[in-house]
Amino acid sequence: MININEVIETNRMIEKENLDVRTITVGISLLDCAADTVDEVCSNIKAKIIRVAGKLAETAENIAMEYGIPIVNKRISITPISLVGASACRTPQDYVKIAMALDEAAKAVGVNFLGGYSAVVSKGMTMSDRLLIESIPEALARTERVCSSVNVGSTKTGINMDAVRLMGEIVKKTAEATKEKDSLGCAKLVVLCNAPDDNPFMAGAFHGVTEADTIINVGVSGPGVVKYALESVRGASFEVLCETIKKTAFKITRVGQLVAQEASRRLGIPFGIIDLSLAPTPAIGDSVADILHEIGVEKAGAPGTTAALAMLNDQVKKGGVMASSYVGGLSGAFIPVSEDQGMIEAAECGALTIEKLEAMTCVCSVGLDMIAIPGDTPASTISGIIADEAAIGMVNQKTTAVRIIPVIGKTIGDSVEFGGLLGHAPVMPVNRFGCADFIGREGRIPAPIHSFKN
Amino acid sequence: MNRSIITVVGKDTVGIIARVCTYLAEKNINILDITQTIVQGYFNMMMIVDTGNISEDFHQVSSDLEALGANIGVQIKCQREDIFEKMHRI
Repeated sequence: MININEVIETNRMIEKENLDVRTITVGISLLDCAADTVDEVCSNIKAKIIRVAGKLAETAENIAMEYGIPIVNKRISITPISLVGASACRTPQDYVKIAMALDEAAKAVGVNFLGGYSAVVSKGMTMSDRLLIESIPEALARTERVCSSVNVGSTKTGINMDAVRLMGEIVKKTAEATKEKDSLGCAKLVVLCNAPDDNPFMAGAFHGVTEADTIINVGVSGPGVVKYALESVRGASFEVLCETIKKTAFKITRVGQLVAQEASRRLGIPFGIIDLSLAPTPAIGDSVADILHEIGVEKAGAPGTTAALAMLNDQVKKGGVMASSYVGGLSGAFIPVSEDQGMIEAAECGALTIEKLEAMTCVCSVGLDMIAIPGDTPASTISGIIADEAAIGMVNQKTTAVRIIPVIGKTIGDSVEFGGLLGHAPVMPVNRFGCADFIGREGRIPAPIHSFKN
Repeated sequence: MNRSIITVVGKDTVGIIARVCTYLAEKNINILDITQTIVQGYFNMMMIVDTGNISEDFHQVSSDLEALGANIGVQIKCQREDIFEKMHRI
C-alpha cells in the first residue's frame, strides 16, 4: 500500500517543482476530408475535428482534477494539409481559407494550438506542397492557433535544398506579415528534418500518414523535478547523477502514461505514444538550463554544456522507456531560448550563442528553437541556418528543426516579448558572413552513405 | 472498491480529523487507513478511502473537501490512488 512519504513526494513534485503533463494531443487523420471544392474541404474538416475532439478539453480537465495533476495544454495534430487540400486548392489563398477553418475548429473545441498546416517535402515538392508553403505567411498572420511545419529533409532522402531556399524566404515573409506582434507568426512555424509522424509538441506536430484515423499522444514534462532531484546529489559521481535522473524520468513518465491511458479510455481514441521530453516553460524553476547548471556548468553555453546535455538527454530516455511501452515523438530535452528562463539569462549575459546552440542540437531532442535574430537577417542566411540544422539531423539520423524569429525592426541588444508559454528573448547575433551562392544552387543534397561510420 | 487518497497539509489544530471524518461519513465514504506525520513543522495527514460507493460524483467530493480545508485553514486534496501507485510501484 502507498505510504505517506510517497504521497508527499508526488504532491511536492506537482505543487513545488512544476510537474505537469505538458500536452494531450489528439492526432486526427483528415485524409477522408478531401473534396473537389475548398468550401467542402473546410466544412468536412471542421465537422471531423469537432466530432473527434469535441470532448477533449472537458475530459482533460476532469482527469487533471481527479488525479491532482495539471494538464497544461490540450491540442490537436492533423494530416499535413498539403495532402488534404491537394484536390481542391489552386492558389495559396485557397489554402489560407483552410487555415482559417482550422482556426475556427480549434477555437470551437477549446484547444490552444492545432498543428499540421504542413508539407512533407524531404525529396521533392508537388504543386500543392508549393502552394501551401507559399500560403504560410498569410495563413499564420490571419489565424491565432494554427501551427505550421515543413519537413525539408531526412536521412533516407537527403535535403531538398529548393525547399530550404524557399523556407528562408517564407520565414522572412512570415516575420514581415506579423511585424506588429514582434513577428510572432514565426513562433508558429518550424522547419524540420526527419520529422516524426507522432510528435505531440507544437509547433512541429502533425498527424503523419503512417498513423491510424485518430490517436492520443501525450507529452510529459518536468525539468523542475529533475533539477530538484539533482540538488540532493551535488558533488556526487556520474553514476549517482545518472541514476538520479533515470529514476526521476521514470516517475515523471509513469504519470504521463497513466494520463494517456485514462484519456484514451474516456475519449474512446487509441493510445499512441508518450513523448518523453523535458519541456521547459518561462516559469522560474521549470528550466533545462537550470538542470545543466545543477550538473555543473556555470551557465548554459559554457564549455561542458554539450556533454552535460548529451548525458541528460540519454538518461531521460533510459528512465522513461521503462515507464511506458510506447515511446515516440521527439523524446529528449528541449532547448528553446525564449521559453526557458535559464536560457534567456545565458543568452543575455553572452554565455550562449547560436553556434553553441547548434552544437547542443547534435545531442538534444530537436534543434534551434525560439531564437530571436535581427529582422534584417537575409533570407539566404536563414536558409543557411536551416540547411546546417537539417544536415545535422540527416547525418546523425535524428530529428532536427529550426524555429527562429527574425524580428522586424529589432536588432542585437533589443528584447522581444511573445507572451505566455512562448516567453521572451534577447535578439541574438547571427554570423554576418553570407552563403547566398550556396543557397542559390538548385536541387538537393544527396542522402548520406549508411556505411563506413566513423 | 475505488481507492482515493485524501491529504491534509497545514498547521495542526483541534478537530481536523473529526471534521474530515464527519464529512466522509455523510457521503458514505469508508476510511481504509489513516497515517499522519509532521514534516518541517507542518501537519501532514493521509487517508486511504474507498470512493466506490459515494453518493455524489467525485468532483463534488473533491471540491467539498477543498472548501472544508479552506474553512479549517488547511489544504485538503482528494486524488485517485492510481497516480501514486503508478509513480512509486513497478
